[in-house]
Amino acid sequence: MLYRIWTIFIARTKEFYRDRSALGWNIIFPLLIIIGFSVVFRSESQPVLKVGIIKPENVVTGNVDTKQFNEFMKLKYIDFIEFGLKENAIDSLQKFKIDMVIDCKSGAYYINDSSPNGYLAEQLLKGAGSSQNAFAKHSLQGRGIRYVEWLFPGILGMNAMFNSLYGVGYVLVMYRKNGILKRFSVAPIRPFEFLTGQIVSRMFVMLATTAVVYIGTVLLYGFQCKGSLFTLFLVFTLGGFCMISLGLLIASRSDSQEFADGLINIITWPMMFLSQVWFSLEGARPWVQKVSQLLPLTPIVEGARMVMNEGATLFDIRYQLLYLLIISCVFLILGSILFRWQRR
Amino acid sequence: MAMDYILEVKNLYKYYPGVKAVDDVSFSIPYGICFGLLGPNGAGKTTTIEVIEGIQKPDRGIILYKGKQRDHHFKQEVGIQLQHTELQQYLTVKEILLTFRNLYSRRANLDELVSLCYLEEIVDRDNRKISGGQKQRLLLAIALANDPELLFLDEPTTGLDPQARRHVWDIVQSIKKKGKTIILTTHYMEEAQTLCDVVAIMDHGKIIAMDSPINLLNKHCRGVTITLPSSVDENILHKMSCEWFKVNNTIEIHTQEPHDCLRLLIDNNVDITGMVVRSQNLEDLFLKLTGTQLRA
Repeated sequence: MLYRIWTIFIARTKEFYRDRSALGWNIIFPLLIIIGFSVVFRSESQPVLKVGIIKPENVVTGNVDTKQFNEFMKLKYIDFIEFGLKENAIDSLQKFKIDMVIDCKSGAYYINDSSPNGYLAEQLLKGAGSSQNAFAKHSLQGRGIRYVEWLFPGILGMNAMFNSLYGVGYVLVMYRKNGILKRFSVAPIRPFEFLTGQIVSRMFVMLATTAVVYIGTVLLYGFQCKGSLFTLFLVFTLGGFCMISLGLLIASRSDSQEFADGLINIITWPMMFLSQVWFSLEGARPWVQKVSQLLPLTPIVEGARMVMNEGATLFDIRYQLLYLLIISCVFLILGSILFRWQRR
Repeated sequence: MAMDYILEVKNLYKYYPGVKAVDDVSFSIPYGICFGLLGPNGAGKTTTIEVIEGIQKPDRGIILYKGKQRDHHFKQEVGIQLQHTELQQYLTVKEILLTFRNLYSRRANLDELVSLCYLEEIVDRDNRKISGGQKQRLLLAIALANDPELLFLDEPTTGLDPQARRHVWDIVQSIKKKGKTIILTTHYMEEAQTLCDVVAIMDHGKIIAMDSPINLLNKHCRGVTITLPSSVDENILHKMSCEWFKVNNTIEIHTQEPHDCLRLLIDNNVDITGMVVRSQNLEDLFLKLTGTQLRA
């Protein structure tokens, strides 16, 4: 059995790495995105600012200059997000989820010195209402994270998603359409063995390309992974396994590449936007945040971000890993039950 | 005795919506022969062979391999060449062969396989860059990767040029010499006559005749076929006691008395320029049995 799985693994892996265009694209695409965003966010700010307001219920305005505060609150294109606890607001600011925190009680504001958006929010606050600035400035201590650093785990997660879904889902549908699966079906190999060979090959390819992109980006930008690389490896291994299982489910029956392509698009695009790859959902409507939590890409991006940016341990990301494991099993079982060697 | 046959098919049925693809088909194949399923496209040859191979499930019927129901040994012991198979891209001929060979517990000698199927020159070539004939020989080699006892070949020479077809025939002859049993589907009567020891002629899901090619011809086709242009006056043809058919733009007359037939045509001033007279073959037999052409 293991020899047959190994045979399929070798054949599929050779097929992938000899396809230079696919190999190149899997490595170059995420690098290009990271380079592109680092250039863009070096000179420009995000179009929408997010400002956290600490406004305990028993405090109406506190020590703030009401006129300046009210004028600032009237500004367009700023999301004002209310926080009950100062610690939560400061935590979000540190994690780059928001750009500024205004503490109504103490009349102070907080920005991240390394954030261009924080600088802009500060200037807008200073210019609002009066020429006199009524707020006292506080800068956060320690090293904050750059947007590109915040983005990096998301790009890796997104790359793992596309790599897995297209590398397994799309390829299996093509195999079925071309009769390759039918040819294997008459050989003494069980679906479980064939699919395991495919899964292991794609896991290997996905982890290898992720490692190349990671190393390339570290060399280019000097990023640091604050947590352990083993924990990060585990996040992407389980994340890749989950996405590959989803790919198997997508490819379990169809013999139409167009249909599979459409299905993969329908699945990936919401994940791209709702799994916080590009921007935080802090302040978004609660149902959007709940939907986001259900998507398989969210625990991958969250887990990778926690490990890389915050130095989270295996224990800290246990819920993300557990969720990935559970939905991987669901996808894999469903995919195996529905799997068909040949077109109808 | 059951063990005289490597394969027995009894009362096999396979239906598709509105179509009886296989309709009460029965045959038994002794060890070491080449058994041909001959018929036009849509006759049910591929469905019959795919049901036996296990690709499709029969609606009714019994299939016995070596006297028993097929089990997990069946896939290990048979070799199968399908119609229209693509292969994994970017792999060389040798890598493709190794991939399939490694799936079996019994494995053919790779060098012998390459030599038998004339693959020496292309063994390190990307399988996307080989010709149609070379690909067909590679598919044949894949089917032989486990040194099978029973080999299924589904239209192995369809679409090949005459030289490539001859190459495949040579390979099949070599396999026969090794004592292997072969089941072959084809719509080329010449192929069936050259390769097969027993031929079953299929039409509309049924076997309409089955015997060795020589016996079939002796039994049904002892005469000659006279082919004439279709411009011949049909009233003259009606005067003949033998059978005649319109085939494309020609008239085919099947007769055991060519002298009488030719005399009648000449007496009626029929222009016999372009006339062809030849011995009858399986294609004529098929026309006689079904009233339609084999390659229609």
